[in-house]
Amino acid sequence: MKLTVGYLYPNLLNLYGDTGNVKCLQKRLQWRGMEGEVCLFSGGSAIDFQKVDIVLLGGGSDREQEIACRYLKGIGGRLRDFIESGGVLLAVCGGYQLLGNYYRTQNTMIEGLGILDIYTEWKPERLAGDVILDSAAFGSPVVGFENHSGRTYIGNHTPFGRVRQGHGNTDRGEWEGVLYKNVVATYLHGPLLPKNPEVCDYLLERALKRKYGNGAKLEPLPDELEHAASQYIVKRYGKERRLG
Amino acid sequence: MGVRRRLAVFCAKLTDRLIRRLKMGNGGSFPGYVARLVDPQILSRLADMVREKVIVVVGTNGKTTTTSILCHVLEAEGKKVVTNRMGANMLNGIVTGFVLAADKSGNLDADYACIEVDEFASGYVFSRLKPHCVVFTNLFRDQLDRFGEVDAVLDRLKEAVMLVPDAALVLNGDDAVSYSLSYGCGNPVVSYGIGKEFLRDAPGDNTWESVRESAFCRLCGEPLEYDYYHYGQLGGWHCPKCGARRPRPDYSAEDVERGKGEFTFRVVSCGAENAGRKGLGMKKRGRRLSEGEKPGALGGAGGVFGVKFAYDIYNVLSAYAALAAMDAVWGFGEAMKNYHYGNRRESMFVIGGGQVQLHLAKNPMGFQQKLSYLQQDPRPKDVVIQINDTELDGQDVSWLWDVDFQTLRDVSVGRIVVGGTRRYDMGLRLKYEGLLWDFTSDLQKTVLRLAQEGTGNLYVIVNYSGLYRMNHILKGLENSGKLRKEARGHEVDCGVFISKSAQFVR
Repeated sequence: MKLTVGYLYPNLLNLYGDTGNVKCLQKRLQWRGMEGEVCLFSGGSAIDFQKVDIVLLGGGSDREQEIACRYLKGIGGRLRDFIESGGVLLAVCGGYQLLGNYYRTQNTMIEGLGILDIYTEWKPERLAGDVILDSAAFGSPVVGFENHSGRTYIGNHTPFGRVRQGHGNTDRGEWEGVLYKNVVATYLHGPLLPKNPEVCDYLLERALKRKYGNGAKLEPLPDELEHAASQYIVKRYGKERRLG
Repeated sequence: MGVRRRLAVFCAKLTDRLIRRLKMGNGGSFPGYVARLVDPQILSRLADMVREKVIVVVGTNGKTTTTSILCHVLEAEGKKVVTNRMGANMLNGIVTGFVLAADKSGNLDADYACIEVDEFASGYVFSRLKPHCVVFTNLFRDQLDRFGEVDAVLDRLKEAVMLVPDAALVLNGDDAVSYSLSYGCGNPVVSYGIGKEFLRDAPGDNTWESVRESAFCRLCGEPLEYDYYHYGQLGGWHCPKCGARRPRPDYSAEDVERGKGEFTFRVVSCGAENAGRKGLGMKKRGRRLSEGEKPGALGGAGGVFGVKFAYDIYNVLSAYAALAAMDAVWGFGEAMKNYHYGNRRESMFVIGGGQVQLHLAKNPMGFQQKLSYLQQDPRPKDVVIQINDTELDGQDVSWLWDVDFQTLRDVSVGRIVVGGTRRYDMGLRLKYEGLLWDFTSDLQKTVLRLAQEGTGNLYVIVNYSGLYRMNHILKGLENSGKLRKEARGHEVDCGVFISKSAQFVR
């Protein structure tokens, strides 16, 4: 079995070790004896969404995001079809913001793809620090590092997780990210997938199911090291924070 | 008046002496804090007393070395130089440098000030120091949780430069990011760069294994094209759309050769010859030499320079360019003959009969450069990596994924041992490259054991907060021959967890 990972605009949206997410998807397939192909798409290149199983959208600076957005507009319709038909997509930080209706930055207004009914507004205070999430979709807490000036308002969308530590979508520290169909959209770097193998396998499983039907099942992998790395963050912040 | 100034200097010196007396360290930047409490204007008052020039150094990597080269050359010329040693480059550290250099009556006896400045302090410090010359080393991603992305850093530096419209900007022409500071600024601009492609093994365009900044033109947003890369985004760049391109540098490293364990090169001046002896007068508004202009009779520093790291070529070049811009190059080549690149923070030790090298790697580009250096050493080697996440290091360790660790597969590495508070993150990173490693929670024992029983060629790579302690440990081990003999006699519990096939066993 084989999956193809389409990494969008690696020369623009590559902040914060996002390549780690690409590596993670690829390796966790390979470690199970499956094939993981990575296709790099630079800005302006044609993307055949028929041949891509998982799409990755990373983060960039506001300036880079503006450039990336111009390219994304060119493929917006097909990306929407891909997502609506159950295509698997991981969007991190800038990529997350671009999926929404707009991102009002300090100086400009970046019009998003409008695939998610969300919007983002810039505030001078940067929200940066470790994040721990509890998510109904995953057994263990999800850990990562957030670093963003945008506040994202997700309306009626399902969040990725409830914030145990950190800020999340807005200053209020309640919810983080969005889960929509087979899309995971989040502010979490770290990079997200290597330290949260459950999230990686969640994406892989959905992509395999879409491509090969229900028969595809992932064998467990020895993830002790992954857990040791994420437990370090969980332990640092001690007990679960009670929300009012 | 000067009463406040005198009092500020007095209090700062007293604080420094107290801290030392109480053995609370070397004073750090606290004396500067005290001085500013007494006299908020202390920095500008003391900077005004510098007789000749004030030179500041900013950028991601190479600040400390470039600053120390500047000091070394000027001091060799008999100049009195005030500086901030040991990379204390935030406001209070800089003030400390000045107040401790002043005499009891609060007067500063200095011909030059050579100050490295953290970009966060740049706005305030520039407006107080009123530098004659601002040297930019390069801009790479660094501690993203603290600094933000490179674009944000660039914006902050741009604002700082606007405060000093007369200062000469010494810019790295190979770096499309920091060179963009010349666009639209009225400052005189001096550029430096490496003349030709010299690293044939630099990664090419179609790779996502190593990350580059700024693939896009800062004037028009078009993807830049590169004829070659040196490392990172440094290289021969141009914009196919608007014509922005790498300038022909005023000061250029030529005949760069990679010999055994070192790079040799010459420093050649082109632009200064064309623009007249003063070098600067005609180079207002970032004027570039046009295609047809030939460099005049080759000037530049005499002799051939030898450096261990590729990035030190830039450090030498930028220091030379800065001094040339200030008309102060005099005996540069001669003075550099006895300059030690040891960088005071990194050094070589002999422990247990083996060689131990301590290296600092605090951001992806720094780490990548250290790995390239390892690659140049054909001997078998062991590697210890310590990754911490204190405030000094940055809490966000995702940058480890922007380093291409494949390099470690190609060099003959015996054992890799990983320590520090974020050792599991580092281990995980190595797991993804199919490398084998061990964990340690006791670096001292690990180093000793590897020095004695390993390949006799040990590299210790640490990020910022581990540096001073590791330096201390290594010095201690080196000096303590007694400990060595004792330790040889019996098995040392080195605190190493054994890992099998990149699995985690504790």
